[in-house]
Amino acid sequence: MLRYALRRIGGLIPTLLVIISVSFCIVRLAPGGPFDQEQTLSPAVRANLDRLYGLDQPLSAQYGRYLRGLLHGDFGPSLSQRDFTVTELIAQGLPVSVTVGLLAILLALLIGIPAGIGAATWRNRGADHSLTALAALAVALPSFVTGPLFALVFALSLHWLPVAGWERGAPRYLVLPVLTLALPVAAHVARLTRGSLLEVLRSPWIRSARARGLGGARVLWRHALRPALLPAVSYLGPALAYVVTGSLVVETVFGLPGTGRYLVQGAIDRDYPLVMGMIVVYGALLLLFNLLADLLYGWLDPRVRHD
Amino acid sequence: MTEALAAARGGLWREAGRRLAANAATRLALAVLALLALLALIGPLFSPWSFDQLDWQHLALPPGRIAAHWFGTDRLGRDLFVRTLYGVRLSLLISVLASLVSLVIGVAWGAVAGFAGGRTDEWMMRFVDVLYSLPYLFIVIILTTLFRRGSITVLLIAIGAVGWLTTARIVRGQTLALKRREFIEAARALGLSPAGILVHHIAPNLLGPVAVYATLTIPQMIIFESFLSFLGLGVQEPHASLGNLINVGAQEMQSAPWMLLVPATLLVLLLICLNLLGDGLRDALDPHER
Repeated sequence: MLRYALRRIGGLIPTLLVIISVSFCIVRLAPGGPFDQEQTLSPAVRANLDRLYGLDQPLSAQYGRYLRGLLHGDFGPSLSQRDFTVTELIAQGLPVSVTVGLLAILLALLIGIPAGIGAATWRNRGADHSLTALAALAVALPSFVTGPLFALVFALSLHWLPVAGWERGAPRYLVLPVLTLALPVAAHVARLTRGSLLEVLRSPWIRSARARGLGGARVLWRHALRPALLPAVSYLGPALAYVVTGSLVVETVFGLPGTGRYLVQGAIDRDYPLVMGMIVVYGALLLLFNLLADLLYGWLDPRVRHD
Repeated sequence: MTEALAAARGGLWREAGRRLAANAATRLALAVLALLALLALIGPLFSPWSFDQLDWQHLALPPGRIAAHWFGTDRLGRDLFVRTLYGVRLSLLISVLASLVSLVIGVAWGAVAGFAGGRTDEWMMRFVDVLYSLPYLFIVIILTTLFRRGSITVLLIAIGAVGWLTTARIVRGQTLALKRREFIEAARALGLSPAGILVHHIAPNLLGPVAVYATLTIPQMIIFESFLSFLGLGVQEPHASLGNLINVGAQEMQSAPWMLLVPATLLVLLLICLNLLGDGLRDALDPHER
């Protein structure tokens, strides 16, 4: 297990380097600079600005400087929010985004796994059909539709919850964003769990467990559930990618001060250091989370570790 | 040999078509889609308004209030019926074209990687893996940051440029299987160049399964486009896309909920139908999946 873990961790670093390099190249090769929108600058001011941000140096030197900065946790200055460094913006926004994202994944598992088990147990009955239809609907709807609709129904019409805001993470403000993010993930988890549980229940070792006279519930909990959860576990990585993408919308719709909103604003303002910093941070987070999901998978299914 | 193969393939497609037609949900989805596409194409002709025309007498008018504005108007008095249908038209257009773009890139990439094999294959597929590890939309956001915003061509290329990863993987797998077949061996023995084999013998054999996969990606492309337009990175005002209509609707929903509900309903209808069609198509081609 340890060797497997080390091998997987070793694989992360080159991938992260490629992500950093690719985003650096694309961003720097772009036509148009961050100061294009300012009033016409005199050449001297322009040259000073370029020198201040290191834009006058050759690309390779800029790249080296950026990498050295990253090692010290320095993502460079933000070009659109002049009083902040990118590191400060990330430090402000990340706790918000991580809280909302992890809660959403947790909620998705709490809804999705039992729903999948239920649908598999009551296969081809009313409950199964309605759960399957509901899951299909939840998968089809993008977060920029469900988010505003939830706000319209639960906040503006029913007045149960606030429309938007953060208020230092007060639970009332968390419900709608977390629900919006969790819904499609929960639907995916439910589908995966249902499918794999049905498959597992058909397998020979379940048949032999039944032949030994074990009851349905005991077979389900003791023998079928653990292997049936594997697809849901391997979906955790893509689920996080989904939640991260969704957070761009959800943070905009519900006015949360998270990193997703900075990324969108940075893209609109052509704030290159900000966009790159966000991509690097998100890339690292996703790789890390994928690693954790893989390790969990390896722990649940020993066959994976040995190939 | 070739005749037998062709017959078997014809049979496979006919069988798939029969299964597709037998599926009631798929038939319904197809009918609704056809209706929506037709409506998007000719619907605006029946309204006296154009998508950017302002009606100062009727600002933020709810639907059904007066006959001229069937779905109401927005804050600037522009007709929502026409704007929403323009949005549907744009969404369908961009998604179909973006699917084509990603199809071309994916087939080229995957076929070359699979056919070349060895070190080339390894590096090309490693590149795909790395892009896979980032969420698609991040790459699209980087790309839209770079170029002029609001240009539909840029949007199209950006969306198409990230949709090809899965296609490339599928194509590579198929190519690996194909290149060991006898007719490729025969072509090589006859002295055809690798590029010639790739274009004349590999590519035509890939097209069927890959084209089906490409149609399955259309709803994904619609979501990409609307997502970007929703965030303000895609289609720009005064042009209407379902995404930016929903964005405006979300801002106005307190006083004018129809501005959100009209485009949202159409988008949802579109996505559900496309998904049903995709599921039906997959079931029809691969009954094993069920």
